[in-house]
Amino acid sequence: MSDIYMPRLSDTMEEGVISSWLKKVGDKVASGDVLVEIETDKAVMEYEAYEDGYLVKQSAGEGETVAIGTVIGVIGDSPDAVPDDSGDSGGSDSAAEEEETAPAAQEESTESVPDSSPAPSSGSGAEGGSRPPSSPLARRLAKEHGLDLNDIKGSGPKGRVVRADIEAAAKQQEGQTPAAKSEAPAAPAKQQEAFDDGRDSEEVAITNIRKVIARRLTESKQQVPHFYLRRTIDAEALKAFRADVNTRLADTGVKVSVNDLIVKAAATVLRRHPAVNSSWIGDKLFRHNRVNIGIAVAVDNGLVVPVVHDTDRLPLSEIGQRSRELAGKARDGKLSPKEMSGGTFSVSNLGMLGVDSFSAVINPPEAAILAVGAMKQQAVVRDGEIVARNTISLELSVDHRAVDGAVGAAFLKELAEVLEEPMRIIL
Amino acid sequence: MSVITYRQALRDTLRAEMHRDENVLLLGEEIGVFEGSYKITEGLLKEFGERRVRDTPIAEEGFVGAAIGAAMLGLRPVVELMTINFSLIAIDQIINHAAKIYGMFGGQTSVPLVIRTPGGGGQQLGATHSQNIELFYSFIPGLKVLAPSTPAEAASMLRAAIRDDDPVLFLENLGLYNTKGEVPDDDTTVAEIGRAAVTREGTDITLIGYSRMAMVTSQVAEKLAEDGISVEVVDLRSLRPLDRETIVESVKKTGCAVIAEDDWLTYGIGAEIAASIQEGAFDYLDAPVRRVAMAEVPMPYAKPLETAAMPSAESITTVIHETLSAVGRRVG
Repeated sequence: MSDIYMPRLSDTMEEGVISSWLKKVGDKVASGDVLVEIETDKAVMEYEAYEDGYLVKQSAGEGETVAIGTVIGVIGDSPDAVPDDSGDSGGSDSAAEEEETAPAAQEESTESVPDSSPAPSSGSGAEGGSRPPSSPLARRLAKEHGLDLNDIKGSGPKGRVVRADIEAAAKQQEGQTPAAKSEAPAAPAKQQEAFDDGRDSEEVAITNIRKVIARRLTESKQQVPHFYLRRTIDAEALKAFRADVNTRLADTGVKVSVNDLIVKAAATVLRRHPAVNSSWIGDKLFRHNRVNIGIAVAVDNGLVVPVVHDTDRLPLSEIGQRSRELAGKARDGKLSPKEMSGGTFSVSNLGMLGVDSFSAVINPPEAAILAVGAMKQQAVVRDGEIVARNTISLELSVDHRAVDGAVGAAFLKELAEVLEEPMRIIL
Repeated sequence: MSVITYRQALRDTLRAEMHRDENVLLLGEEIGVFEGSYKITEGLLKEFGERRVRDTPIAEEGFVGAAIGAAMLGLRPVVELMTINFSLIAIDQIINHAAKIYGMFGGQTSVPLVIRTPGGGGQQLGATHSQNIELFYSFIPGLKVLAPSTPAEAASMLRAAIRDDDPVLFLENLGLYNTKGEVPDDDTTVAEIGRAAVTREGTDITLIGYSRMAMVTSQVAEKLAEDGISVEVVDLRSLRPLDRETIVESVKKTGCAVIAEDDWLTYGIGAEIAASIQEGAFDYLDAPVRRVAMAEVPMPYAKPLETAAMPSAESITTVIHETLSAVGRRVG
C-alpha cells in the first residue's frame, strides 16, 4: 500500500488540479502507466505510477485543487485492498487529510471497494477517520454554529480546521441566511451575490493558467518599466522568400510561416545584440549566452509561451516544425514545464487576427518582446512614388532596466533590415 | 515604592522576618562571615549574631538534616543551598525526611523549613553547576516549591515560605539576582502559596513561564505587542501546588499556549503544564500546546554553546509565530 502524492511539476507550482483520472479505482496499474492528468500553473501533465499494483483509492476527485504533497490516491497490492484509515498516528493523520480534501471521492472509493470485509473494518475509522483534522476548539465552535466540519476547508497545518475557518464559515452562513430568506425560494440564489451589482454578472471559474497569467502580467506591468519602439517593414521580399523556401521544402511536408521567419530573424539578430538577450532580476543584470525564443500561443483558457531553445542554431525548417509541434501541445495543454521555461526573448503575433500593430507585455524575466502585426498592403512612398507594398508592423516592448532606447533601436533596425533582405535570415 | 534588586528584596525580607520572629534562623555555607556566595545574607551575621546566622561545614546532607530537626522542634530555619545543584547531596533529607515526616507520623509535627537555592544557567558554571532541577522537588507531595520572578514577588513569597508550616523549596535564579523591580515600602504582603499570576493580559496566545522564564516571557510579550500580537503571560510562581485553574482559564480565553522552561523538555515541568491544559481546556484548544526548553544536553561551558543550549526570547518568539500561524494568524 503506498500513497500517491500531488507532485511538484514545475518550479512555481504550489498546488495542482486533478484534471482527470486515467485509472479507475480497482484498475490494475503497472509502473509507467499514466495514472492521472494534473493541471499545474503552467500545463496539464500526465503523472505516471512508479510501482505495480492496483489503484485502490482516489483521494482527490477530478477538478479538485490539491496542495503539493497531499495524498491524491493509493496504490495497493490487490484490487480490494482497503486503504488503512485507522493505523498509527502518522497514518491516521494522512488518512484524515485525504478525506478532508476529498470527502466525495472518499465515499465513492469505499463504495467501489469490493465488499470482502464487513462494514466495521472501515467503520473504526468511519466515525473518527472520516472527519477532517480539526482543533478541539474548532470542533466545539462548529457544533455551536451547527456547521458540518466536512464542509469546511481547513487552513491550518495539514488542512486542520481551526477557529478562524469556523468563524469565517459562520460569518458566511450568517450572511447567506437572511438573503436566502428574503428571496423567493423558487429562484436559486446565485453564489456570487457580492458581484450582483446590477450588471447581472456571474463569476467564472478560473484555471491555474488564468491565475498565473493574471499574476505574472500584473507583476510585469507593475514592476517592469516598459518602453516601446515601432517600425514598419516592407514585407515584399519576405513574402517572396517564404514562397521560395516552401517550394523547396515541398517534399518534406514542412511549411515555414512568416512568423517562423521572424522568429529565426530575431534569433539571428539577437546573437549580434547580446544586450537585448538579457534579464534584469532583483538588482542584477544577466546576459544570456543561449538564444531561446518564446512564441506566444493563444489556447482555450489563456495564453502560453512555449520556448524554442537555441533558436539561433536551428535551421529554418526545424523552427517551423518545432513551433507547430509546440503550438499543438500548447492547445492540448500538454506542454512540459521544460518546454515553457528558459526563454530569453518572446515573439507575439496577432497578424492572423487582422491586428495592425500592438504593444505587448514583457514576459519576465525576459528583457523584450516583439509584437508582430498583420501583413497588409499599404500605400508607401518608394523612390518618390506612391506604390502599394506589403508591410508588417513590428513593435518592440523593452525593459528599460536592462536595455536602453538606443540599444533597443539598433536591434530593431537590424531586425527590420534582415527581414527586408531575408536571405540574411539564414546567413 | 522603591526600585530594588531581587537580591536586595530577599535580604530585606530575611532581615525583617528575623526581626519579626526570633525563631527564624539561617543556615548555610559561607552565609555568615563571607556574607553569602551571592551576598543575599550580607550584614545579617553582624546584625543577628552567630546563633541565628550559622556558617555550616560543606556537608549539605548534614545541615539540611539539622535544619529539619530544628524545624520539628519549633524553630523556623531558612537554609541556603549555594546552588540547587548541591541539593542533590541533601536530596534524601529533603525527599525522604522533610517531605514525609508530617504525613508519616500522623501529623505529630510539621516541618516549617525553607530551603532557599538558586538554579539557572548562563553563568558559564559548567554542566554540574548550571542545572534547573526544581522538577525533582516539584514531583514530591509534602513539599512546596515556589519560584518568584520579580523582586516584589521574591519578598512576598519568601515571607509566605517562612511563615508556612510545610517544607518549602524556594527557587531563586542566578539570572534574576541583579534584576530590579518596584517593591512597596514597608511591604508586609504575604503571597498566597499555590497561585499563578496573569502578569499581562492578552487575547491571542497564552505564554507560560516561571522564575527567569517569567521575565523572558514578559519581554517577549512586550516586543510582540509592537507587532499587534496580544500575548497573555502567565507566571506560575508556585510549581507545587500548581495553579492549574489560572493556566486553564487563560488558555480557554486564547485557544493556544506556549510554555517556556529553563529546564530540559523531556518529562519536564512544561510536560505537566501541557497535560494540565489538555485536561482542562481540551475543547478550547485551537493548536497543539508547544514547549520551548533547554537543549537536551549537559550544559556546555563554552559561552556560545551555553547560549545556544538555553531557551531564548528568539526561540520563544519563533514558536509563538508558528503557533499563531497554525491557527490562521499569519504574522512575522
